Amino acid sequence: MTPTPVPVLQVQDLRLTLPGTARPVLDGVDLTVGAGETVALVGESGSGKSLTSRTALGLLPPGAIASGTVRVEGEDTLTMSAARLRALRTGDVAMVFQDPRAALNPLRRIGDFLTEGLRAAGTKQEAATARAVELLDAVGLDASALGKYPSQVSGGMLQRVMIAAALMGDPSLLLADEPTTALDVVSQAEVIALLTKLRERFGTGLLFVTHDLDLAAAISDRVYVMYAGRIAETAPAETLFAGPRHPYTAALLASTPRPTAQGGRLAAIAGQPPDLRTTIEGCAFAERCPLATGLCRERAPEPLPDPARPGHLAACHHTDRLVAEGTPADA
Amino acid sequence: MTAATLTRRPGLAKLRAASGRSPLHLACLVVVGLVVLAALVGPWITPHDPNSAELGSALAGPSGEHLLGADVAGRDTLSRLIAGARTSLLGPLGVVVFSTVAGIAVGMVAAWRGGWVDSLLSRSTELVFAFPGVLLAILVIAMYGEGLIAPVAALGVAYVPYVSRLTRSLVLAERARPYVSAYQVQGHSALQICLRHILPNIAPVVLAQSAVNFGYALMDLAGLSFLGLGVPPLTPDWGRMVFDGQTAVQYGYPLSAILPCVLVVLTVVAFNVVGERWADRVARRDK
Amino acid sequence: MSVASLLGFGRFALRRLVEMVFTLLVASFAVFGAMYLAPGSPASFLLSGRSASPQALAAINARYHLDDPFALRYVRWLGDVVQGDFGRSLTYRTDVSRLLADRLPTTLMLVGMALVVVVVVGLLLGRVAAVRGGAVDSAVLVATTLAIGTPSFVAAVLLQGLFAVQLGWFPSSGAGDGFWDMVFHLTLPAVALALYLIGLLARVTRTAMLEALDSEHVTVARSRGVPERLVIRRHVLRNSLGTLLTTGGLIVSTLLVCTVLVETAFSIGGIGQLLELSTSTKDFPTVQAVSLLIVGIFMAVNLLVDLVLPLVDPRITLGTRSAAA
Repeated sequence: MTPTPVPVLQVQDLRLTLPGTARPVLDGVDLTVGAGETVALVGESGSGKSLTSRTALGLLPPGAIASGTVRVEGEDTLTMSAARLRALRTGDVAMVFQDPRAALNPLRRIGDFLTEGLRAAGTKQEAATARAVELLDAVGLDASALGKYPSQVSGGMLQRVMIAAALMGDPSLLLADEPTTALDVVSQAEVIALLTKLRERFGTGLLFVTHDLDLAAAISDRVYVMYAGRIAETAPAETLFAGPRHPYTAALLASTPRPTAQGGRLAAIAGQPPDLRTTIEGCAFAERCPLATGLCRERAPEPLPDPARPGHLAACHHTDRLVAEGTPADA
Repeated sequence: MTAATLTRRPGLAKLRAASGRSPLHLACLVVVGLVVLAALVGPWITPHDPNSAELGSALAGPSGEHLLGADVAGRDTLSRLIAGARTSLLGPLGVVVFSTVAGIAVGMVAAWRGGWVDSLLSRSTELVFAFPGVLLAILVIAMYGEGLIAPVAALGVAYVPYVSRLTRSLVLAERARPYVSAYQVQGHSALQICLRHILPNIAPVVLAQSAVNFGYALMDLAGLSFLGLGVPPLTPDWGRMVFDGQTAVQYGYPLSAILPCVLVVLTVVAFNVVGERWADRVARRDK
Repeated sequence: MSVASLLGFGRFALRRLVEMVFTLLVASFAVFGAMYLAPGSPASFLLSGRSASPQALAAINARYHLDDPFALRYVRWLGDVVQGDFGRSLTYRTDVSRLLADRLPTTLMLVGMALVVVVVVGLLLGRVAAVRGGAVDSAVLVATTLAIGTPSFVAAVLLQGLFAVQLGWFPSSGAGDGFWDMVFHLTLPAVALALYLIGLLARVTRTAMLEALDSEHVTVARSRGVPERLVIRRHVLRNSLGTLLTTGGLIVSTLLVCTVLVETAFSIGGIGQLLELSTSTKDFPTVQAVSLLIVGIFMAVNLLVDLVLPLVDPRITLGTRSAAA
């Protein structure tokens, strides 16, 4: 899978500063999603993965100051006019949110929710409803859902509605922000299967935000691993899984329960992610990293490509040692 | 049992430390202070006898003799305003004291006993809510005639639900805390636990509510005096002064009615702001 | 609505209606019994200093069946009240129901005008404060703090002094004849009546809207390109509606009670002025009638709100009141 010349989403050197923090919450994020490509963005809560995905819709937290560019099909959402941004939101980009119970207005019918975006963009009511029925069918629901209130259907069904709603405007980029976290296990599998199927059918690019590295590897073409507002490592999914080049990725992999694991004991990553009220000199992961040296605490590593493996970048001073010594958790 | 004693939160002692810093709040504190001072020492600092009528200076404007002018009967407005502070605050004080004591008692009994006692008291509370304070006071005045006691008693009853509902929910929350069962195990009586341990814990929240109620009671009582149904004639009282000065307003001499109006608004606003700020602080500390 | 939910709603409505009738009965008992708590015998109290001619005494005795047991008297009185017979006014020497019928339209007009002002201005102020925030919010907060601290009689006297006497823009007393003349006469009184409640409603609106604005579904609606105007209307205001409706009973009863002050200040011949006059002349049957009317209207409005609330908020299971988020 090689990205097409004009990616649907191209984030370059994105920096985001929130009021009352000591360092940028996003610190030079680079990220690309090609047309029709599935990309996973993986990180712990607070790593900035959701914030990054939301900038594609021009959704910034109140008081945030942003620099860099977030181009959707070549157009920068950070400098876009309000009218253009609205058009972008009703059409080109759509988002599936984490908790469908919170994302749908409990006082409005599901049909209303589905057609709202299209209606705002000027589509006639009949046409919008027809499209809603079509997409409800695509997510495995029938038209009777249109007249129901969110409280009358299950969480899994509601997330299907959410997906249908996201596809209403025929977007070229779909953002999914932990779309399965709030669901039960059965619904989780269903929603993932549905997302993958529909992405193929409609040919949309998908940015899948999750904290689950295994899930990310299973469904995506490429994976970005994010830590404390920076991209730690990026690679094609199978490459990353086979040979991580950043100690954080390696530790994440080691801390995931896996039936094939030999040691039997899970390795948790020691320590806490850095607080936003502190500044960071050098590598953000240094405090928790078993490989960290004086260099790591002085100078932040640049993401460097691996000459042997195309598309595999890691921001670590000690990629060689990691590859030589194995994962730090094993050591 | 030490753990149980530790859960006890600081009572009234912390309140003084929690005084506000915003200019509006500070100004309101000053107003409250001045009005209370006037109520305490009023009769000794009035420049004139508030009830001595000099018909010669009726409706006189502000002058060296009468700093804020005089009313229809030639009584000095400034003196009446200062002397009026006492009646104007005494009434609401009575309302608040009665409703606080009765409300705490009712709310505590309802929460502690539960069952039919609770539902009976809650139903009665609903019923009292249906009678707005002023209406209840008017009913009582229609029975007993004009004066200060009847409307204060009526308003006191009308304000009980505000305190009792709050107390009930607070006591219910407090009852669920481990220290209460600890005292019960030790053999303390329900009354002892309620008065010695629960009451100090819920007092700040309830008193904040009562401070807000004070402003509303002042409004209601001033309204009744304005109707001529409250304090007897001749008593210096802000509401009564508006009643006395209202005819003069129609003839283009508004001063003697407007000044007490301004004082009523200032005092009510001041008590509301101080009470609400207090309630906010208490609520935040409890989180 | 399905048949089952319609049936459920019907049962809920019936239960609430029965509850309201019961509360009204207790209230009427209190209003009736109050007469017997007054000092002196009921007959002398009802006459209260008026010339007690044998005929008058006989009339009172007959009207109130003072020789019958208390319970029987109450039932008789209640039976009359249910048929709209509140007895005779001792001051006006006419049927109380006639007095009410004559004066009610003026008061309803005044309360109606004030209600419109309260709803329009209160909602607008609350909305502006919540949506704009910053300096606008602070200004609205200061204004509502002042409004909430201003009793309606103070507002009445100040408005009268300024706009009626000094500037002469509006009449200073009376209710006027004919619709537009009434609107003209009742403008200042309606504003005086509305002021406190404007502050209250603006506060409630602001809080409810801020809470709604904070919810995730508002962000989601924005992220889907719904224009801000529609977001506010369809998601924020719509979701605040339940909370706003629950203040309906309080607003209407406060308006009714404060007509006593405002109608007296502006010499408007309505129910409020009647209540003041009958109280100061100890015309107890009239006081009873007006009190019952006000309490009854308050309860009816609350019942209406309870019935409308489930239609506004599908999450409310019938019978429970919970604020809409």
